[in-house]
Amino acid sequence: MNFFLEVLVGGLLSGIMYALVALGFVLIYKASGVFNFAQGAMVYLAALSVVGVMEWGAPLWLAVILAFAIMTLFGIATEKLVLRKLVNQPPIALFMATIGLAFFIEGLAPMIFGSEPRALDLGIVDEPIPWILDNWNMVISKFDLVAAGVGALLVGTLALFFQYTRIGRALRAVADDHQAALSIGIPLQHIWAIVWGVAGFVALVAGMMWGARNGVQFALTFTALKALPVLILGGFTSVPGAIVGGLIIGASEKLAEIYIPPVMQDLFGGNFGGIEGWFPYVLALLFLLVRPEGLFGEKHIDRV
Amino acid sequence: MIKNFKPAVTAVAVSLAMLSQSAISAEQFFPIPSFRVGPYGANGQSFYGGFIDYLNYVNMKEKGVNGVQMTYEECETEYNTAKGIECYERLKSKAAQSAGPIHPMSTGISYALVDKSAQDKLPLTMMGYGRTDAVDGSVFPYAFPLVTTYQMQASAIIKFLKEKNGGSLAGKKIVYLYHDSAYGKEAIIALEAEASLNKFNLVQVPVAHPGNEQGAQWLKIRQERPDYVVFWGWGVMNQTALKAAQKVGFPRDKMIGSWWTGSEEDVVPAGEAAKGYMAATWNVSGKQVPVIADIEKVVYGAGKGNLQDASKIGTILYNRGVSAAVVSVEAIRKAQEKFGKGKPMNGTQVAWGLEHLDMTEARIKALGAANLLPEIKTSCSNHEGSGKVKIQQWDGNKWVPVTDWIEGNKALIHPLFQASAKQYAKEKGITPRDCSKEK
Repeated sequence: MNFFLEVLVGGLLSGIMYALVALGFVLIYKASGVFNFAQGAMVYLAALSVVGVMEWGAPLWLAVILAFAIMTLFGIATEKLVLRKLVNQPPIALFMATIGLAFFIEGLAPMIFGSEPRALDLGIVDEPIPWILDNWNMVISKFDLVAAGVGALLVGTLALFFQYTRIGRALRAVADDHQAALSIGIPLQHIWAIVWGVAGFVALVAGMMWGARNGVQFALTFTALKALPVLILGGFTSVPGAIVGGLIIGASEKLAEIYIPPVMQDLFGGNFGGIEGWFPYVLALLFLLVRPEGLFGEKHIDRV
Repeated sequence: MIKNFKPAVTAVAVSLAMLSQSAISAEQFFPIPSFRVGPYGANGQSFYGGFIDYLNYVNMKEKGVNGVQMTYEECETEYNTAKGIECYERLKSKAAQSAGPIHPMSTGISYALVDKSAQDKLPLTMMGYGRTDAVDGSVFPYAFPLVTTYQMQASAIIKFLKEKNGGSLAGKKIVYLYHDSAYGKEAIIALEAEASLNKFNLVQVPVAHPGNEQGAQWLKIRQERPDYVVFWGWGVMNQTALKAAQKVGFPRDKMIGSWWTGSEEDVVPAGEAAKGYMAATWNVSGKQVPVIADIEKVVYGAGKGNLQDASKIGTILYNRGVSAAVVSVEAIRKAQEKFGKGKPMNGTQVAWGLEHLDMTEARIKALGAANLLPEIKTSCSNHEGSGKVKIQQWDGNKWVPVTDWIEGNKALIHPLFQASAKQYAKEKGITPRDCSKEK
């Protein structure tokens, strides 16, 4: 039982890390109805900017500020150079544009900051908390708890932002219908630039947490793979959904990795480990059959 | 006078043309399918940087091999098998007259090229990776898994652990944590054979690609309480494993990785979590090796270095690239001894050179590469030629060798290659060469 709890808690904490990445997708989707294929690349760019600026001699706090400035400029440039030309185009055109953007970032970022994997020390040790280990015999790391706190804070802030600010409401209007939003005077370009800037900030937070955990390297772009099933489960338009989806995916993939392979081995022989790569996708697909819009997604109803 | 002048001019012109033709043709071409961008670009930059620096070094220091200049052309594969094949097809036409060994540095690309390179009679080298049953040259005349293979490396790691435990691993528990891919699975057969021979308990724990999340695996390892973790990672999986080991409190000096997990790129991003971690390697790091120091002086001194970041000189992967080039150029020297000094060698001739390498300690020292890599002696039936690795330990700043060269259990492992090669020959309808008749 203790081991089960340990796996469960470890999975939930990993899920928060997935949710951090998923949040960036949600923001862009909410604003433009487009799945931003470049979100993983943005996580990479943000983290690489931090370590790159630090290598130029800046302290961490300054590097974070400068990286945020880079991500904001990137957001504004994306709006001006890519998205503005695609207003009122079908979502697939915007989606294709984000694919191009992803490859552009993946090439440009290492060209500027170098491609070798680097460490990012945030001063939070990824070691078990002795008190929990001694009293509960469970491995819970300080780093994971901090990540969970950061995730909760980010979600709370973004949820309030969308719900109670003018920009948040305008953003939702833009997501519903570009043309209708424009006709009532909502500055579409302005809103998109803000949203890409905020998505850049979320990418920065996710990039720093993932980068501190596994090193800053190209593989940060793969974090997007972990966010996809989270989005399917939580819904593409819900900020709290990203967190809940993350928790479900994190916990279920860890439990599956531990408990399913031995059963499969008993039944069929051979080695069935390493299933956490595909298990979340199967879970998400099953979930799609029951609730296509996700747990917290908005139900889409068209008049006929 | 005028009458004699015309033929004289013609003769001079013809001679000059012939000389010029001979100067042009006195080049040994290396087709290089390399990767410098993409997920593993950093690894490729160091390896191919070292490889090309050595080719230039030979040209600058020795005026080539008996006057034959080393030339090359790179093609970017991004470590992608499809692009690797594309690069091979693009480069092979240029390698028709002279061809240095091809180093794809990718097991996937190597597998895809094994048949093609044999058909095209171009030597494919897979130093420490790739199709390992190609050790049996009777079936694979153009494929060379030189120096060491995954299986021999795994066996050498077990030998190291055995020596560490007073000569016996009986009753010990070893977890094999591996990348769930062909690469990770290659060593299983050797570890199972070793487990059965040495009576230790082997627990296999696979990690799904890319391996950036290993929470469940390390909780399982914690539950298993193994004596050692033998680790076959790649890319981000390496740093994630080291960090996860730290998280569950597993001692890093009881983790021994493969050579894909033992470069600076693998440990630096893990910070303090990597300290004490051990890994196998078939080449050492550092600038104390004479040839490495001389490359820095000669090639970089002349401003012709291939690395953008010269601080990588002396790193594990840079030195590995140099080692690969040292062996490749030595094969060309060997081939020239048989087929004509001062002439460019074609694929078949270079394959012969690779199959007749005899790099003794003295020869390696003469090449300025003392202790950089182990002795290599290849033959028709043994395209590996060594099977030796060193175990090195990360002290937080650099890799420190903690053993001399250790050879895996050849008597146990090589029959596995032969059985696999025999099966391959049967499937493909290949009639193996009779190695006893090869000279």
